Amino acid sequence: MEKGTLKLKTGLAEMLKGGVIMDVTTVEQAKIAEEAGAVSVMALERIPADIRAAGGVARMTDPEIILKIMDAVTIPVMAKCRIGHFAEAQILESLGIDYIDESEVLTPADEKYHVNKWNFKVPFVCGATNLGESLRRIGEGAAMIRTKGEAGTGNVVEAVRHMRTIRDEIKKIAVLPKEELMSEAKEMGAPYELIVFVHDNGKLPVVNFSAGGISTPADASLIMQLGADGLFVGSGIFKSENPLRMAKAIVEATTHYKDPEILAKVSKGLGNAMNGIELSKIPKEELLSVRGW
Amino acid sequence: MNKSNINVGVLALQGAFREHINSIKMCGAKAIEIRFPDQLEEVDGLIIPGGESTTIGKLINKYNFKPYLDEFYSSGKAIYGTCAGLILVAKKVLNEDIGLGYIDIEAQRNSYGRQIDSFEEYVTLGFDGKEKFKAIFIRAPRILKIGPTVDILSKINDNIILARQNNVLVSTFHPELQEDTRIHEYFLKMIGKSIKREN
Repeated sequence: MEKGTLKLKTGLAEMLKGGVIMDVTTVEQAKIAEEAGAVSVMALERIPADIRAAGGVARMTDPEIILKIMDAVTIPVMAKCRIGHFAEAQILESLGIDYIDESEVLTPADEKYHVNKWNFKVPFVCGATNLGESLRRIGEGAAMIRTKGEAGTGNVVEAVRHMRTIRDEIKKIAVLPKEELMSEAKEMGAPYELIVFVHDNGKLPVVNFSAGGISTPADASLIMQLGADGLFVGSGIFKSENPLRMAKAIVEATTHYKDPEILAKVSKGLGNAMNGIELSKIPKEELLSVRGW
Repeated sequence: MNKSNINVGVLALQGAFREHINSIKMCGAKAIEIRFPDQLEEVDGLIIPGGESTTIGKLINKYNFKPYLDEFYSSGKAIYGTCAGLILVAKKVLNEDIGLGYIDIEAQRNSYGRQIDSFEEYVTLGFDGKEKFKAIFIRAPRILKIGPTVDILSKINDNIILARQNNVLVSTFHPELQEDTRIHEYFLKMIGKSIKREN
């Protein structure tokens, strides 16, 4: 019997496809998310919009909060560690968390290196803004990728940019002659074997979800139509006027993303979505998506 | 019946439906995504894939699948549930009101523990003893009890992992996550027989 294999790590991500992973900070929110049909919850001390507002150093969530949320729901529970903070990751693994998100939403702990995720039995998801970054994280052992978007803004524009970038880069690699792949690997700073995989298969070797700024059923549909395997919704649910209804509507929109009639129906009378932020109004040093290397 | 004429539906509300579609196509049959109940009329057999059973269960209710699925089951057409799909077709699920009641088993969700307890194991298939089959268990359920007319097709120690009652097949693991298609071939044979009976 084998445990902690890559197949088991990527396999759980396969099971989450077509679903919505929701940020929650309390047992009550976790239960609302499960009731709405979330495939998983991300246990956080603060949702990204509040992390952004609070400033200062954002760290791993208090294990007590994480354990309470793990007890409250039957769906898988994820939690975030800081980029490069392998001690936080070790603690999360010891709690029995189902997935670790090495996340740019928290303040990075290492300005040069990410966690060596091969050292862990628990699977990792990592953020990425382009193909090279995705493949570097997979090379380090990530079993799932999420495009970063710009968390806590309620603005989907960065998520769209990152999805389109990855999609276009995959298309480009797929048609390159084989002799150009090594140079491309060098340019992108990505492992050669993974570039060859993308060339041969026309897709990433792991599941790719999308995150950062998704706030309405229409946003969910847009991102799914751009090729995401599923969604992370953070502030978009619990910063909206009616979280349960918004959560249910986004779940349905993710399943029926190609069906405008259903999208219109679930979008009706949802109340106010979260208040969004125009990206150009955010000072450069406060952008989260540029964290990670 | 020729395999290439068989059309298998895979419930595509959430989860690993694309992988099942690939496995069925690798066997040489046709497969389509089922997103609405009336599409069930177009297919000869149905796979309910792995995913989150709470999510899939809620969407089944929301889109009123139940009467159509009941009809599909009662007409003798073959149904295969993997992992979350097993939970959804079970007669009874411990502590939860979620099973559709198509196979006489009692099941428990996430019965081996959390993700770190997920495992791979080589197992013997009851209908094909030749080569071991690589079974992938991800936050897998357990079959706690079975009724007298349920056939056990594979076990690990005392745990039943593959079982069948008439037109319903269930596995607690994920054959769609690898290349060995013997279980999908077996399911296609079940569909073939159900079509013959109908004619």
